[in-house]
Amino acid sequence: MEMVGHNTLVVLLGATALGLAAGMVGCFMVLRRRALVSDALSHATLPGIVTAFLTGLALGIDGRSLPLLLAGAAISGVIAVLTIQAIKRWTRLTEDAAIGAVLSVFFGAGVVLLSVVQELPAANAAGLKGFIFGQTAAMRSGEAMGLGALALVAAALIWLFFKEFRLLAFDEGFARAAGWPTGRIDLALMALVTLVTVVGLQTVGLVLIIALLITPAATARFWTDDLAAMLIIAGGVGAVSGGVGALLSSRFADLPAGAIIVLVATSLFFISLIIAPSRGLLGRSLRRARLRRALLARGITG
Amino acid sequence: MTLDAATFLSVDLPALLAALFACLSCALVGNFLVLRRQALMGDAISHAVLPGIVAGFLVAGTRDTVPMLAGALTAALVAGVMIELVRRLGRVEAGAAMGVVFTGLFALGVVLIEQGPARQIDLDADCVLYGQLEAILWLAPNGWSDLTDPALWATLPRQVVQLVAVFALCLVIILIFLKELTLVCFDPALADTLGLKSGLVQHGIVGLAALAAIAAFEAVGSILVIAMLICPAATARLYTDRMGTQLVVSLLVGGVTGLGGYALAAFGPSLLGYDMAVNAAGSIAVLAGVILGLSILLAPRYGVLARATGRAMRGAAA
Amino acid sequence: MLQRLLSDNFIPSADAGVGALAVSGLSVAYHQRLVLRDITWTAPAHGLVAIVGPNGAGKSTFLKAVLGLVPALTGNIEIYGRPLKRQRALIGYVPQRESVDWDFPVSALDVVTMGRYGLIGWGRRITGKHRAAAMQALDRVGMADLAHRQIGQLSGGQQQRVFLARALAQEARLYFMDEPLAGVDAATEQTILAVLRELDAEGRTVICVHHDLQTVAETFDHVLMLNGELVAAGPVYEALTEDNLRRAYGQRASGLRLGPR
Repeated sequence: MEMVGHNTLVVLLGATALGLAAGMVGCFMVLRRRALVSDALSHATLPGIVTAFLTGLALGIDGRSLPLLLAGAAISGVIAVLTIQAIKRWTRLTEDAAIGAVLSVFFGAGVVLLSVVQELPAANAAGLKGFIFGQTAAMRSGEAMGLGALALVAAALIWLFFKEFRLLAFDEGFARAAGWPTGRIDLALMALVTLVTVVGLQTVGLVLIIALLITPAATARFWTDDLAAMLIIAGGVGAVSGGVGALLSSRFADLPAGAIIVLVATSLFFISLIIAPSRGLLGRSLRRARLRRALLARGITG
Repeated sequence: MTLDAATFLSVDLPALLAALFACLSCALVGNFLVLRRQALMGDAISHAVLPGIVAGFLVAGTRDTVPMLAGALTAALVAGVMIELVRRLGRVEAGAAMGVVFTGLFALGVVLIEQGPARQIDLDADCVLYGQLEAILWLAPNGWSDLTDPALWATLPRQVVQLVAVFALCLVIILIFLKELTLVCFDPALADTLGLKSGLVQHGIVGLAALAAIAAFEAVGSILVIAMLICPAATARLYTDRMGTQLVVSLLVGGVTGLGGYALAAFGPSLLGYDMAVNAAGSIAVLAGVILGLSILLAPRYGVLARATGRAMRGAAA
Repeated sequence: MLQRLLSDNFIPSADAGVGALAVSGLSVAYHQRLVLRDITWTAPAHGLVAIVGPNGAGKSTFLKAVLGLVPALTGNIEIYGRPLKRQRALIGYVPQRESVDWDFPVSALDVVTMGRYGLIGWGRRITGKHRAAAMQALDRVGMADLAHRQIGQLSGGQQQRVFLARALAQEARLYFMDEPLAGVDAATEQTILAVLRELDAEGRTVICVHHDLQTVAETFDHVLMLNGELVAAGPVYEALTEDNLRRAYGQRASGLRLGPR
């Protein structure tokens, strides 16, 4: 480890922990076909962040206090998710339209508020934009420890409620009929997703955190049909992406860490799409060809 | 901010025209995304064009529009094809497929922006997200009477001309192929059995959406593009069960939102006594959301209130 | 382009001995699971054909593979002696009802007019002639009064009749229908059966996935019995034997009373 400086090590561990947490939590979003809810969630944090900043300013607290901003982010993210569910439940609009409308309108509101902040003479809003694109390289050891704690909490919760989460992900209707409090389990799951999104914002930014939630989970799906294995693989893919991405970006100055982390994850996804034996392209077409040959060998005309 | 004619004509009028036509094109094309339940394709496209824009710049070496637009269009089509491939070859659910592809491309764009040549001129991701509606200027007219001079109209800013042209193109294509577009959105399997290739039409829809999005992009930014692709069409869904009316209502909503949103951003704060203007693209998106929200509550037949009272009346009758 | 295709379509006369549909060695696999295995069958040149078999026997898959909507693993398909691609204009299809978005902003008449889009061609306008033909098709299924109703506001049976009218508007020679009688009311059932008989009388071939063994013999002339493989095929009275049914359905069919109710 002597080749790696202290700062790099901090960033590396933090990014690995974030990848691990996001990879595991994302599995449930992908399995429940809700991948893009996380898209809406993360875009919708912007108005919350700016509102929190303005509130802090009005109350005389330092507007850039991280807990305040993250609380704002979480609140507006949750409101967005609830709005999507309400639109889906109460109107004829479909989920995709609800997600797209909520995402863009919330983000638009954030942009309007941001332009207000920039016109305020008293405000120093320089840090706020970091949430949009992330600032991995600026990570301090406290933040890295926070990300480590996040990974631990996520893993512990998933381990504790594995059975319930699996039931919900596989068959929500059955779970409800069997008397499980699906609403509350769902809430716990969404809370976990919100936590990962909000905490990850600062590191990779609000567009790229979506990738950490979706891509490792989708990658893991190619390798296995078993949920426990999928969680482990997705956590691994996320962690490797975080670690390798952070390392690469520390070596090459013009590679921004957040984006490289995502590109590593995306590469792993496409490699898995092709080579994974169980659900990958190669494995499937080989089996299909074998089936076809076997059929033709038995003297089928065709 | 006092509103004299010269300022209005050279600052606000071009911006209003750009906002209007950007919103009209997106609203029109968005109908087919919403009806095909692929609204998030708009989201995916508008994020995925980033690497195309930067690559266009890196290849051409200038901030000319043509290479950047060509790059954006290429990136959008690549994104569309990749999403389709991931979905089909990888058997990945549509939402996850979009998520993987557009975030990957967006990340690629962020990396490209950080490369040497792109850094030297301020090509940053901000203008992609928010757009620069306020930067579209038309310096020629000095007073209202100038507008009667046809020669003056020839000096309209390039962005406005471009947006008008794209809107006209989208309108013509959609009117010519309305029946194919409707059929493929409604029942792609029938289209295939009739020999009207549904795959081709679906890529056509993505292509049109990309065209509208990219033209609107420069002026209003990626997020507004998503709002305008989805909100007007979704609003119209709450008022009608006819395709023609759906298109007309979405255009009306799009137009009102574009003009109203800009006006609110530019003139609203000063009316309230603040000497500033807020971001117009964001304000248009918010107005689109407000109109959609009100429609969700109040639309005569499919609104939440109408449905609730309808249920209550049926309940009382039973 | 479609006009050219249309003029290209080749329909041999009924006595030329070419079946409406000839399938040889057709196998289809979903997710590596073989759903249909080695089906070789020639449909009669005209008449009403029922495809029967237990759940999961691959009945719908058979239709979709023949129509090119799902890829075949092996096998060859010919419509009136030529590959499917060149004969699309001869084919009409009535899908299962669940497969569309009922909130879609189209009226019953719009949906039926869609059946004629193949005849109209790319980018051409819908003329009064086509709209009149669509209206006539709606009238044949007793739905002319509701032509301008949005499809979601029709009852299940009415929706099924609209889809049948859409197939009629295609003016096809060979019809494929996926469970047209499933879950419809008595009036709709009568209408659909009457239309099937008319199509038969006009010398067209109709191939229906049919779930109700009790009514096969009253309505259909021919039967294709599937159970992942071809169990039996032929005129109803020859193919629908107790023995074949047991082979297709297992013991479940042994209590069935066959023939007219």
